[in-house]
Amino acid sequence: MAFGAFAGNAVAVDQAPRRRSKVALLLLLPGILYLVLFFLVPLVSLVITSLQAPSEFGDIGEYQTAFRWENYTTAITQYGAQILRSFVYALAATVFALLFSYPLAYFIGVKARRWPLLQNLALVLVIAPFFISFLLRTLAWKSLLSDESFVVTSLKALSLLGPDAHLTGTPAAVIFGLTYNFIPFMTLPLYASLERLDTRYLEAGGDLYAGPFTTFRKITVPLSMPGIVSGVLLTFIPAAGDYINASREFLGGSGTTMIGNVIESNFLIQLNYPAAASMSIILMAVILVLVGVYVRRSGTEDLL
Amino acid sequence: MTLQEARSLATGVTAPPTRDRRRRVGLGSWLLPTYTVLALVFLLIPIVYTLVFSFNDSIKSNISWRGFTLDKWLHVCNKQEICQAFGNSIIIGVVATVIATILGTMIAIALVRYRFRFRSAISLLLFLPMATPEVVLGAGLAAEFLSAGVQKGMTTIIIAHTMFCISFVVVTVKARVASLDPALEEAGRDLYGSPAQVFWRVTFPLLLPGIVAAALLSFALSFDDFIITNFNSGADTTFPKYIYTAAARGIPAEANVIASAVFLLALVIVIATQVSAAARRKRLANTR
Repeated sequence: MAFGAFAGNAVAVDQAPRRRSKVALLLLLPGILYLVLFFLVPLVSLVITSLQAPSEFGDIGEYQTAFRWENYTTAITQYGAQILRSFVYALAATVFALLFSYPLAYFIGVKARRWPLLQNLALVLVIAPFFISFLLRTLAWKSLLSDESFVVTSLKALSLLGPDAHLTGTPAAVIFGLTYNFIPFMTLPLYASLERLDTRYLEAGGDLYAGPFTTFRKITVPLSMPGIVSGVLLTFIPAAGDYINASREFLGGSGTTMIGNVIESNFLIQLNYPAAASMSIILMAVILVLVGVYVRRSGTEDLL
Repeated sequence: MTLQEARSLATGVTAPPTRDRRRRVGLGSWLLPTYTVLALVFLLIPIVYTLVFSFNDSIKSNISWRGFTLDKWLHVCNKQEICQAFGNSIIIGVVATVIATILGTMIAIALVRYRFRFRSAISLLLFLPMATPEVVLGAGLAAEFLSAGVQKGMTTIIIAHTMFCISFVVVTVKARVASLDPALEEAGRDLYGSPAQVFWRVTFPLLLPGIVAAALLSFALSFDDFIITNFNSGADTTFPKYIYTAAARGIPAEANVIASAVFLLALVIVIATQVSAAARRKRLANTR
């Protein structure tokens, strides 16, 4: 799958350097033009929209071009809690997904090497959730965690959950859903880098009298760093912008609204395009800054 | 004795087994496999749930179990909206996949085989759509369509899906182009093949597995996309959008049927490609 390549970085670039650059131009032009037109221009129009002011005698949903910078300050003051919540939830989901996926990817990528069939079977099972609708998967968890479900009734019987407590509609449920839905995005890049781990290094660690924990911390983790970086990015970014899990019809409740929910309702329901656009720009900016800092600090800059 | 065994023996000699060492072997030998099995079972829970409830003899909403029936599988299109939405998703997926695969493959070939200016700018332009949250992609396109006065519908959904699929196609096909042995194409040229002949008879067949993988990935991404679709669909419905709107009043079992059928089909495709790849490896090993 693509994520392996995403994690693995390009290997042999520039095999045949300097041939007719006209051909290169013809090959690149249609696709690049497409991305300019439907990726870059939309970002620009998002910036323009984010600064618009309501038109003077217009209806709801009609705006005119302006430089209304207070759209941004309004967005931050009005939806500060939702913005913060999005990043906290996304961070929690990323940490849980990493803790869940690392042993799994380690087993598939390192321990199961001797049995290719087992390795392939496990990989197919890891990506299996991709093949069933994202929304239905989440709704399945909603039913499985609902008040009448086996999970909740047994938790209540064991007094682990108060008699009036719910699982759905809580922050825990939203973080759970985000974690579940993005686990394959974490496991695959981890697998891709652990699969190439030379186990002789681990043996060398043992030879030098390092305990299993030291070997893991000083050898395994650094060698799988490219996978960790890709996995964290592939989990954190979509989780921060997600609005399915936090939505009230899915795993969320009134107190779990994330930035994605705010953007959706402002854009599609309240037709408050400038508010939705400024929130989108804020989300994008924060993510780019976080990703930039994170990638620089972990020392893997060649991502594609 | 294999090299591996020799090595592990040697390790045993240089580092006498301490208690710590022995315990690690004991733990690792059953703890990790057990965890893996449990983790995989956990990942499959919602899938099994969806499959099981596609056989539920439900009336309106499909929440509590009311008995087994094959009815929903035999008469999926009794719920017309679902079939309509499903059909739309297929059309969108196919068209977006074809466009994205062609454009992305061209870019991938150019990136590996040619040198040109603005290389890093182009790499960044390809990377950014994958690093941008879907809400931002969706809202951005919707803002563009709004200011251009474009009516939203099937076409705008296809435009949106093609956009986010291109980068994934480039990443997938690029790996294949990079692993291609240039000597094979050279041989084609030495045998007086024209550039077009060399491409269609040598390069393209060798790239085909990568292109097919990229196309399958694109289709899967397009088929399951909801967030970007929701911003750019107007009045038209796709399968995920149908589920989203129906979620408030309860999902009919027919939706589970379609999702389950798609799941099983995807599973068959993945297993078939795995098996054929294994067979090819075996064939290669035998000829060597």
